[in-house]
Amino acid sequence: MSQLVIQDLHVAIGDKPVVKGVSLTINQGEVHAIMGPNGTGKSTLAKAIAGHPDYTVTAGEVRLDDRPLLEMEPDERARAGLFLAFQYPSEIPGVTIANFLRAALQARLGESAELDATGYYKKLYEKMDLLKIDRKFTSRAVNEGFSGGEKKRCEILQMALLEPRFALMDETDSGLDIDALRIVADGVNKLRSSALGILLITHYQRLLNYIVPDYVHVMYDGRLVRSGGKDLALELEARGYGWLKKELAHA
Amino acid sequence: MTDSDNHGNAALAESPVAGIDQSVGDFKYDVKYDFDAGTGLSERTLHYISEAKQEAPWIREFRLNALKTFLAKPLPTHWASRDLENINFDKIRYYLAQGQKPKRTWDEVPADIKKTFERLGIPEQERKFLAGVEAQFDSEAAYSNIKEAVSKQGVIFLNSSEALKTHPEIFRKWFGKVIPTSDNKFSALNSAVFSGGSFIYVPPGVKVSHPLQAYFRINAENFGQFERTLIIVDEGSEVTYMEGCTAPKFSTSTLHSAVVELVALKGAKIQYITVQNWAPNVFNLVTKRGLAHEEAEIKWIDCNIGSRLTIKYPGVVLRGRKARGEVISIALANDGQHQDTGAKMVHAADETTSTIVSKSISVGQGRATYRGLVHIPRHLKGCKNNTECDALLINTNSRTDTYPAITVRGQDHAAQHEASVSKVSEEMIFYMQSRGLTEAQAMSLAVNGFVNDLVRQFPMEYSVELKRLIDLEMEGSVG
Repeated sequence: MSQLVIQDLHVAIGDKPVVKGVSLTINQGEVHAIMGPNGTGKSTLAKAIAGHPDYTVTAGEVRLDDRPLLEMEPDERARAGLFLAFQYPSEIPGVTIANFLRAALQARLGESAELDATGYYKKLYEKMDLLKIDRKFTSRAVNEGFSGGEKKRCEILQMALLEPRFALMDETDSGLDIDALRIVADGVNKLRSSALGILLITHYQRLLNYIVPDYVHVMYDGRLVRSGGKDLALELEARGYGWLKKELAHA
Repeated sequence: MTDSDNHGNAALAESPVAGIDQSVGDFKYDVKYDFDAGTGLSERTLHYISEAKQEAPWIREFRLNALKTFLAKPLPTHWASRDLENINFDKIRYYLAQGQKPKRTWDEVPADIKKTFERLGIPEQERKFLAGVEAQFDSEAAYSNIKEAVSKQGVIFLNSSEALKTHPEIFRKWFGKVIPTSDNKFSALNSAVFSGGSFIYVPPGVKVSHPLQAYFRINAENFGQFERTLIIVDEGSEVTYMEGCTAPKFSTSTLHSAVVELVALKGAKIQYITVQNWAPNVFNLVTKRGLAHEEAEIKWIDCNIGSRLTIKYPGVVLRGRKARGEVISIALANDGQHQDTGAKMVHAADETTSTIVSKSISVGQGRATYRGLVHIPRHLKGCKNNTECDALLINTNSRTDTYPAITVRGQDHAAQHEASVSKVSEEMIFYMQSRGLTEAQAMSLAVNGFVNDLVRQFPMEYSVELKRLIDLEMEGSVG
């Protein structure tokens, strides 16, 4: 079984410390949710683990099993089994989803081997059927002119095909109406398996009604200040984040 | 030169259109030339060429007049790159050949030249998908052949040197009429020392089903290649012509200065596809223009990769009512390269339509320039032009310039111009990297996506190769 281990991670944007010592271990098969008010460093945590160049890790480490992720390029991290579902996925004009995913899988094979085209399309269509995505979808350019819901479904499809061991899902629910949210959540639930560990980042509890986490962590001012089971999310929903702020201010 | 033969064969096997990959073109076999006009340019050079080719007196006169024009015209550095001043016309060899008569079978082609074209994959392509091939080696064609089925339709496809002898009546009628000697300094130079190139005549009502192809190979150092191509497509006929070019990489500069004239008679269609992949020491200064008669259509698909400096604006003179002209151009300027490309559309009849789509990519310190001329005069009615030029910058020090000159006078015309400059964003690259693509692969994919809608218009054999070439060019562009 694989493990994603985050150890005392500190991340800065420019000179400004944003993540101030986060430790968390995720086992394959587990779903962890990180909740918290806006601006507390949730997305920064996800992007730093994936290797976004704007984020500087100032201390700590992240390991995928025995491999030190922070020493690797973003693409090496992805090939090692990490996946980041973006809050705001980029458009890639002129590149179809089918070609993009094919290139991503080819990149995993290296230069010596050629991806089997028939096998690729078979697998792609299987995943699309699983996620109830129309076949025409993959002939569109990646995220170009997509609605919020389409962008998120595109992320889930990529995740399904690339079969990561760990997925970081950054505000997957943002900008979705309730129908789109349900569709995306259904997709994630179908991908849940003992082979996939998920770190779900969200501002709202409502996503967790559809994707029920094994663990919930509350992030505040760059730190995880509470951890618990799925009930913690309900408590937050009932009481808001205000009481936390007060309690932490007193502590 | 540096590549092993094994590498060449491997590339050849997977590549239907070889010679596009720069490493594939970068080799040279020693060849013995029986004809050499020596170094430098004078009347004596022209006499030498004319005698070697045993030309008719009018051609010799034509050359001598052109030389005067060439010498009288200044370099166009008041608008074009001053890098032109680095061409030393006295250090160039203007005519190098083993002989003047191209062979009709590859078996007859001398071994030292044949192995070059084999390595570039030309005989193989010919078997696979071409109606005819001409293979020019330095100044003259080494091989020229047309499939029997096509020649039986009355189609003439010959090396220009040959056609001047065998079909002077058609040749002379159109030669220098679309692009006069004095059009510019380099058209004058070509008119003085031209050698090789293709001559095509398609008789009325014939649609040539497969493309005709010419391959221009520069092999010698300090050399200038000056092919002259003339394509005449008679009423209601159609032809597609493709040209490819490579040269080995020398430390000194090489000059390539072609003149290409197209004539599409009433209702005819010409599609002219260029994929140039010159080594980065080549000055590529080419004049290309077509004359479209009533309801005729001329389409230039022009892909410029490689060279040190390319100056080329394929054009169409829309002379007949409802004639259509189109230029689709892709330019990729890498470090140390300047692609100064674009299009010219001269509307000279009512209801004529022209379309220009230009996409350029600047990598590293590469520079891409778009120059477009669209002219619709006052006395015409119902003309349309649509111009679209998009530039993609890869690095922060890459450069692009756009100089559109659109003159539309009179009423009842429609002209549209759109231009955009975009940059491959760090965010987009990170997004692709987070899916497992390396930074270079991500760049390649972004560039391929940028030109994708244009590449789809290429014949399949070329589009696959173009994608491979872009991948190769982008490999060195990061980190």
